[in-house]
Amino acid sequence: MEKLVNDFAYGLFFWQALILIVLILLLRKYAWRPVLNSLDKREQGIKDALDSAEKARLEMKNLQANNEKMKKEAREERDELLKEARQIKEKMIADASGEAEEKANAMILKAQESIRTEKQAALSEIKAQVASLSIEIAEKVVKKELDNKEDQMRLVDNMLDDVKLN
Amino acid sequence: MQKENIIKVLLFFAVAFNVLGVFANNPQQHHEEGQADQESLRVDTKREVKEYISHHLQDSYDFTLYSDSEEGKHIGFPLPVILIDDGGLRVFLSSEFHHGEKVAEVGGDYYKLYHGRIYKTNAAGDMTYDEEHHPTNEKPLDFSITKNVFTILLTSILLLLLFGGLARHYRDKHIPTGFGRVLEPLVIYVRDEIAIPNIGKAKYRRFMGFLLTVFFFVWILNLLGMTPLGVNVTGNIAITACLALFTYLVTQFSATKDYWKHIFWMPGVPVIMKIILIPIELLGTLTKPFALMVRLFANITAGHVVIMSLIALIFVTDNIVLDGPISVLLTLFISVIELLVAFLQAYIFTMLSALFIGLAVEEHDHHPETNDIV
Repeated sequence: MEKLVNDFAYGLFFWQALILIVLILLLRKYAWRPVLNSLDKREQGIKDALDSAEKARLEMKNLQANNEKMKKEAREERDELLKEARQIKEKMIADASGEAEEKANAMILKAQESIRTEKQAALSEIKAQVASLSIEIAEKVVKKELDNKEDQMRLVDNMLDDVKLN
Repeated sequence: MQKENIIKVLLFFAVAFNVLGVFANNPQQHHEEGQADQESLRVDTKREVKEYISHHLQDSYDFTLYSDSEEGKHIGFPLPVILIDDGGLRVFLSSEFHHGEKVAEVGGDYYKLYHGRIYKTNAAGDMTYDEEHHPTNEKPLDFSITKNVFTILLTSILLLLLFGGLARHYRDKHIPTGFGRVLEPLVIYVRDEIAIPNIGKAKYRRFMGFLLTVFFFVWILNLLGMTPLGVNVTGNIAITACLALFTYLVTQFSATKDYWKHIFWMPGVPVIMKIILIPIELLGTLTKPFALMVRLFANITAGHVVIMSLIALIFVTDNIVLDGPISVLLTLFISVIELLVAFLQAYIFTMLSALFIGLAVEEHDHHPETNDIV
């Protein structure tokens, strides 16, 4: 131990300290700092690239999911539209047939009406003709019956009797 | 897959270099062994091996790659010696010492290299000793650029080139090419496995400069210790003491109010305990970096001693045929372990530094003043 202390090479110690300080400072400035900075930058770059790749993957996935969703929606909408169209068609058909029936009914009614009026008119005409015919016949009969005076009197008497009766 | 291959190749080279390297550093012993055979005499080389190893563990004033002690030849290069004496600053090349054989004369003063240390002496190089045979000559203040300082400088330049280069890769690209592909995972490793788990995501960034520098500094120096250069930097207590001091200072200066409160007035314990805990906690702040210092020093020193001792088996053995392969195999095995240790110690030093910093900057949400914790 004493030998170690006595033989301690202070000169070597001094140079070593001096050189080491200078070496640390020089290496720090010209080697370690640029090297570590570049390493950090590169690692950050790799990390960023990985992150963005992951992000892109997720976006892609989202996009695909969206596409899928949109397709599904479109399909649903199409189905909806078709369904609606069918309903409209059916409604239209139903409406049309209803209207036609109504129209037919109305026409039938109108026809019946007119038939009835025609019938009435015909009946009243027949009645009028029958009346005029009856009057003509009656005139002819009366004319024939009342050729003489007696008959006329009788008739008047009869009529008077009727009036009396009334 | 490519990264694995690169690491395999590096590992192979490291092992190959290491084995070659330690052999290259032991030519002296080769020579002696040959001599022993020639003379058919048992030469006491164990003492020399021990000296050689302890010499290797020490710092040195010149960078010797190869030496032949028999002929006194040394191949390498001198490094500047910087002394501060009462006469002022003295700067000269270590070649002036001629590897301790001559007295260096600088500005009228004489200096002698004796057992790896510089002493002030006279023109004749006379030394005075006390009873325990320790030199009593005056020692000048020594701030020399030694082998270790030189290696640290080299490592620093290497680090600046490597990681400055890595930083440049990112200027126009996101991903580094070439060797940057090896360095980048290491930086990420320190950040994700050492800094963030111990300090937390919010605050780790401030300490990354210190942690990364210390990690690669220690690791590269540990690995350099296994190359043919034969350096032993992180196995030097002054180096590890400096590193540990840095950790200590960083920890103390970044500590939060909570940290100090836990040292000087521990919440949730009786007053008597609070008072008793103050010196214990204060000591604790010192023992942590002290442990860091000793751990790194001891591990690396031990590794060097073990490897060199195993190689030296060849030179002290009687039966080279039997012990030679054992020595090589064991050395190879320990070398691989030492490669792991080189990384492990750098990791542990950085990890524990991060842990201590993490403890100091930790935010405590709440503290029950009463002892209602079961």
